[in-house]
Amino acid sequence: MKQTFLTFLRGGESALPGYRLSLAATLVWTGFFIILPLCALAIRPWQDGMGAVVGALHDTRMFAALWTSFSCAAMAALFNIPLGLILAWALVRGELPGRRFADALIDLPLALPTAVSGITLATLYGPQGWLGAPLAKLGIVVAYSRPGIVLALMFVGLPFVVRTVEPVLKNLPRDLEEAAVLLGARPWQVVIRVVLAPLVPALITGFGLAFARGVGEYGSVIFIAGNQPFRSEIAPLLVVVRLQEFDYPGATAIALVLLLTSLAALALVGLVRRKFSAWGDAA
Amino acid sequence: MKTYLLWVVSWAVIAIVLLMPPAVVVTEALKNGIGPALETLKDPDGIAAIWLTLEVSVVSVALNTLFGVLAAWLLTKYRFPGRSVLLVLVELPLSISPVVSGLVWLLLFGAQGWWGQALEQAGIHVAFAVPGIMLATLFVTLPYVVRTLVPLMEQQGRDAEEAAMLAGAGFWQILWRVTLPGARVALFSGVLLTTARAMGEFGAVSVVSGHIPGLTETMPLHIESLYNGYQTVAAFTMATLLAVMAMSAVLLRSVPEWITRWREKQA
Repeated sequence: MKQTFLTFLRGGESALPGYRLSLAATLVWTGFFIILPLCALAIRPWQDGMGAVVGALHDTRMFAALWTSFSCAAMAALFNIPLGLILAWALVRGELPGRRFADALIDLPLALPTAVSGITLATLYGPQGWLGAPLAKLGIVVAYSRPGIVLALMFVGLPFVVRTVEPVLKNLPRDLEEAAVLLGARPWQVVIRVVLAPLVPALITGFGLAFARGVGEYGSVIFIAGNQPFRSEIAPLLVVVRLQEFDYPGATAIALVLLLTSLAALALVGLVRRKFSAWGDAA
Repeated sequence: MKTYLLWVVSWAVIAIVLLMPPAVVVTEALKNGIGPALETLKDPDGIAAIWLTLEVSVVSVALNTLFGVLAAWLLTKYRFPGRSVLLVLVELPLSISPVVSGLVWLLLFGAQGWWGQALEQAGIHVAFAVPGIMLATLFVTLPYVVRTLVPLMEQQGRDAEEAAMLAGAGFWQILWRVTLPGARVALFSGVLLTTARAMGEFGAVSVVSGHIPGLTETMPLHIESLYNGYQTVAAFTMATLLAVMAMSAVLLRSVPEWITRWREKQA
């Protein structure tokens, strides 16, 4: 115990100057900007008494909003798996014409400010939009309902899937496929057993990252979502609504659930990575 | 045959999912021609929003670069108990919902927050004012400089620094003359990512801002009010400007790579 404390004070074996200065700066920085806010988040709901906490647990609108966020984020991440797989394959193996331009475009959803994505997707899929109008003629309503939420989350989540699959695909030796063919495997066997199997950890990782991002996403969703309580209201929006009603415990309760969910998803990703790291370069 | 099918499907997905949105932004902005679009940028509230966005970005970049560099130094040059906890902590804001990133500051400095009333009585306004917007943006952009620097500085080890130390250099000299020059590309990239994120942050800022036009509206928030007020052309013109600003910051990260490639060609 004392030994640990002493190494903490000295900075281990490194003799480089500046340890205490950088330690103090980092502790002040993370203390004020990370630890303090998280403490407020963890402690605040209990300060108004147990009644407020129990009250928050009886809030059916909250559960509806959480369900909307979770199910839409999971669906979007799921749909992104085949799309991301196709794009990664085309970029790495398919010798796609215009590959460099396509490659730069993949990161667009991450670079585009979320408010811009939000109003843009709402216009694109809206009743008069380029894609919304033809879909409406087919009787498919996208904007201002749940499919709209899923579409917006697919947009923001797609880069995560492509970018986690890409490096694994690059490192996958082509010899394996040729060997499988030579050994008499059928084409579908090659695809499933030789190509897809090693990609599974990367796909789970991509799914987890896209899901974690989707659960908390706000700006790109609220314009297209419709925001009707119990139907198309996402949990982050309900946090904002609760704050406008000055219901701090209610807002904080939802915030805590959101935080814990995305942390759990990311912990799962970490677990998958560690478990499969023996397979080589899984993501 | 199969390859062609793959190409067609891939480009169809790219066109629908990734190309159409930016095309919509520009088309909607220029719906009535370029004149009316530019005219909307003269609105004083819009100009105030642009200035506030720039101010917030500068503050976020300055503070998070200073502390990010010191934290990266700490995390890569020493091995001490609690290091792995710090590594997780500095990345945490990336996995927190933007709305929650704003909410935490209201819990601390809002009217019903821990210190809100005390500060309010002292005449210091944090929530629904510019300081709140700064805090929320600083929180959201905290990880970028550290997380781009740490892998590179880790890889560099500390031999060069130790040599400089034996030659008599002090901490700031080593950092400024030895470590940072070697890590400048990563630092540049981290600064630009911080800038892009600071300019575009919406959810966190929206919670703490109070949406007072001309005073506490950043560009993303102003876009929201314009859009909800059916001022489509103005909203999409501001959106085009913001998207160009944020995306050029992201694209500028490749400049060092282009320069090295160009130099290799020359040589």
